[in-house]
Amino acid sequence: MPEDITAELESEELVPPAEPKAAHQPLDKAIESQADLSAEISAIGEAYRRALKDGGQPEIQPRLDYPPYRSSILRHPTKSLQHADPETIELYSPAFGHQDVHALESDLTIQHNGEPLGERIIVSGKVLDGDGRPVAGQLVEIWQANSSGRYIHKRDQHPAPIDPNFTGIGRCITGPDGSYRFTTIKPGAYPWKNHLNAWRPAHIHFSLFGTEFTQRIITQMYFPGDQLFPLDPIYQTIVDQDARDRLVATYDHSITEPEWALGYNWDIVLTGPKRTWTENEALGAAGDEE
Amino acid sequence: MSTKLVPTPGQTVGPFYGYALPFEKDNELLPPGFPGSIRLQGTVYDGAGHTIPDAILEIWQPDADGKIVQRTGSLVRDGYTFTGWGRGAVGNSGVFTFTTVNPGPTKPGAAPFISVALFARGLTNRLFTRIYLPEDTEALANDPLLGSLDPERRKTLIARRDPDGGLTWDIRLQGEGETVFLDFQ
Ligand SMILES: [Fe+2]
Repeated sequence: MPEDITAELESEELVPPAEPKAAHQPLDKAIESQADLSAEISAIGEAYRRALKDGGQPEIQPRLDYPPYRSSILRHPTKSLQHADPETIELYSPAFGHQDVHALESDLTIQHNGEPLGERIIVSGKVLDGDGRPVAGQLVEIWQANSSGRYIHKRDQHPAPIDPNFTGIGRCITGPDGSYRFTTIKPGAYPWKNHLNAWRPAHIHFSLFGTEFTQRIITQMYFPGDQLFPLDPIYQTIVDQDARDRLVATYDHSITEPEWALGYNWDIVLTGPKRTWTENEALGAAGDEE
Repeated sequence: MSTKLVPTPGQTVGPFYGYALPFEKDNELLPPGFPGSIRLQGTVYDGAGHTIPDAILEIWQPDADGKIVQRTGSLVRDGYTFTGWGRGAVGNSGVFTFTTVNPGPTKPGAAPFISVALFARGLTNRLFTRIYLPEDTEALANDPLLGSLDPERRKTLIARRDPDGGLTWDIRLQGEGETVFLDFQ
């Protein structure tokens, strides 16, 4: 891709703050179309599927080097990650507790005087480690756009309405069984400036801590059946379909509450090298005393 | 249990974490001026050598005696409790700062270091790395990770000591002087 486009994308990722109509004009004569990007995305996907068929290992994480996500071009390491055996501090995780997070912070619909607009939803699930053990008493943070696809962030210039009753930030501490539960509003899709007519599928950003710092991740949860999945270079940074599917929540009628909110389930698995479980338990017990 | 669950993939932190992840005194593991506190600072660069204005770092470290702290309260800094964890977004000029203490060695003879997780717009998944203190050259020479690196790359993990006692350590995501990032699997 031409150097000048990269530079421009670096400086501003979103549609200009002009009147709404301006967003419907071509932004730049040199700007790339969705067809250009989709062709790149498919070519990478096909090459990956061929490699899999030839006995390659499935990829379970996003590629750091994924050119269709233009902002990644100058921001991925070119050298392979250095293998390290985790030592001491890396085998422990920072501790958070109910002192850090108020119980009401898990309800994003009660942070203002009025009710936010949009479809009220409950998102709940469990945070587990690779052996299926609960990650208990840990911090989960989320942030998201409102129902119109607009963030309360000064850099978000998408000409969609701000909802005075919705900030879009939530936190909670997982229960003894690793469970978390947020009440919120279904976020809208929103445009961005990766290429002309680029739209992000609706998503909620999740930040998670495990039982070791090596398990720390930030990711995004998506909603089932989104038509934007094949077009989105960020979702597609994960080239393996099974791996991508792990970011998509499931509609779950048992979480849905009558006359109140639709329910989605999304479980999260954090893996990393392991301390032995006995050490873990000892630590968990000590942590409870704080 | 023999069957391992497959991990949930990461995704980029995106451009809009700025109103969600930062919190008051997030980068002050101790208040500035607290006895023994130092400033840790650095700049994050991309592959063109430009500073990155939208990256956010977390540090996680033992205390000055090398003890791993397991105390809650990071999100509500009380001004006295050292939790060992902090979060710092870079400013417009790509610079981050933390107030912390020099980590101690967690085992006799071990090289003290601070563990780092880095997130940025354009970075598709978090990166881990380490910041070693420059002083104990014998411990550095015996460190397994540093020993596995050639001297040029090794330098990217060792902080410089500032005249005021603080530490300076920059991150280069790509290209010349590219920081060593870690894979623990
Ligand atoms: Fe987003």
